[in-house]
Amino acid sequence: MVASSIQTLPKDRPLVYRHVLWTRITHWVWAISLFFLLLSGLQIFNAHPALYIGDQSGFGFDNEVLSMTAENTDTGPKGYTRILGHSFDTSGLLGLSQASGEPAARGFPAWATIPSYQDLATGRVIHFFFAWILAVTLALWLIGSVLNGHLSRDLAPRVADVRNLQRDVADHARLRFHHQRDYNTLQKFAYAGVLFIVFPLIVASGLAMSPTMDTVLPWLPELLGGRQTARTIHFLMMLLLVGFFLIHIIMIFAAGPLNELRSIITGWYRVDHPSGDEDQPARRA
Amino acid sequence: MSRLLLSRRGFLAATAPAAGLLLSGCDVLDDLQPDGEFRDVLAGANNLTYRVQRWLSGRDSLAQEFTESDIRQPQRPNGVTAPDDDYYQGLLQGDFAAWRLEVAGLIEKPLSFSLEQLRAMPSRTQITRHDCVEGWSCIAKWTGVPLALVLDEARVKPQARYVVFHCLDTIEHAPFGDLKYYGSIDLIDARHPQTILAYGVNGGPLPVENGAPLRVRVERQLGYKMPKYLSRIELVDSLSMIGLGRGGYWEDRGYDWFGGI
Repeated sequence: MVASSIQTLPKDRPLVYRHVLWTRITHWVWAISLFFLLLSGLQIFNAHPALYIGDQSGFGFDNEVLSMTAENTDTGPKGYTRILGHSFDTSGLLGLSQASGEPAARGFPAWATIPSYQDLATGRVIHFFFAWILAVTLALWLIGSVLNGHLSRDLAPRVADVRNLQRDVADHARLRFHHQRDYNTLQKFAYAGVLFIVFPLIVASGLAMSPTMDTVLPWLPELLGGRQTARTIHFLMMLLLVGFFLIHIIMIFAAGPLNELRSIITGWYRVDHPSGDEDQPARRA
Repeated sequence: MSRLLLSRRGFLAATAPAAGLLLSGCDVLDDLQPDGEFRDVLAGANNLTYRVQRWLSGRDSLAQEFTESDIRQPQRPNGVTAPDDDYYQGLLQGDFAAWRLEVAGLIEKPLSFSLEQLRAMPSRTQITRHDCVEGWSCIAKWTGVPLALVLDEARVKPQARYVVFHCLDTIEHAPFGDLKYYGSIDLIDARHPQTILAYGVNGGPLPVENGAPLRVRVERQLGYKMPKYLSRIELVDSLSMIGLGRGGYWEDRGYDWFGGI
């Protein structure tokens, strides 16, 4: 099972042109941007490692959904993570972790933040720089993908995809992959979900945290359930993106990392069947 | 812990074309000090944010105002909450009877207000959400004099571009002497209808932890742009002579001058 999961296709299988330059560039711009956005975002989160529901943060009342704290106990300092009222000892990882050789009270640990030490000002500079890059390239990509047909041809799930869902889930679970030009059903759902639900929500909830943007779009924080709910949504979308990233990487390794990487760097992808896809010109290597 | 780090690095080495930059991990960016060149490039995005948000919001877009039922807790204090300065303690003991707000700089008519005089001026009361740069929010009711009224009375000279707030509280005991809090906003925010010099919160006088006797409210920006313990307002044409030249205590320590996001 494991051995068969690392697949390499014989050289005589055809190469098809799977990703146009536009798709490959935006993929890597987003990959780099999200890397910096994540680590600078965790830095910003650490300035107040707690999340709430509503317009404001409950100090005199309880509307907290998550918090990371450090406490002194009889057995030394401990880090705690509280999720919806349930407390977990997360010493060493969340709430309390080593920073410059000393245990320090901090939400996420030093290895997960940029800069590694507590520096909200620098975290904000990095975060907003890459937020602009992500938002602008996302908008350009959206316009381009509608115009060049990438969206309707490759990403939008079709009736056949929905019908095929059960089989595709079973195939993925068995790490049995079909190498073809088109994205499979789960790929379409995952990519469309990130591009049309997670990205727009993480941008919108980010904007809803800006006091000036809230004067321009007063309905935005309202729609998202208040500024602090928007901050919580921003965090949840981050978690979804991290989850997407992990599965994405696992799938790449399982489906054949060299072939997958070649297709997102050069555009060319080796497919299972000598004929390739019916509607795509195939090129023999 | 180290295993996770390795796997992330392993991934980057395998995939990202920019792996060379990223490989060295998070420590490589630890040198992003406020005056670094690379930092300045990244911080250029803040100028873009400032311009775009100013263009979108215009002069008079209003911050959301809430209702009495949204006031569910005392205003959360932050920064200096109990100035230990002798001068401030003396003013506090005299119930701020000896306190004055000086208005100076690029104006036709230098002014000095007692707390009584400010309270006698037309006032504005607003229930707004205070957003801290750290991420938390708190809703409170603020009462005070619109800053625009004070500026009108002082008759601002045409070359003035910024309002600088000088404060009574020592934020840092520096080797060359005590450093008192300072900050600045532009005249667009200074004349914004919700920008008030607040002497009251939630129906009572401003408590010490929230900036007694007077603080400014700049409702379209974050909390660090709203200095407490005001003593002097100065109109200037440039921020270069204020502190280290970036327009405020926190700005001189790497925070953006525009706190709209």
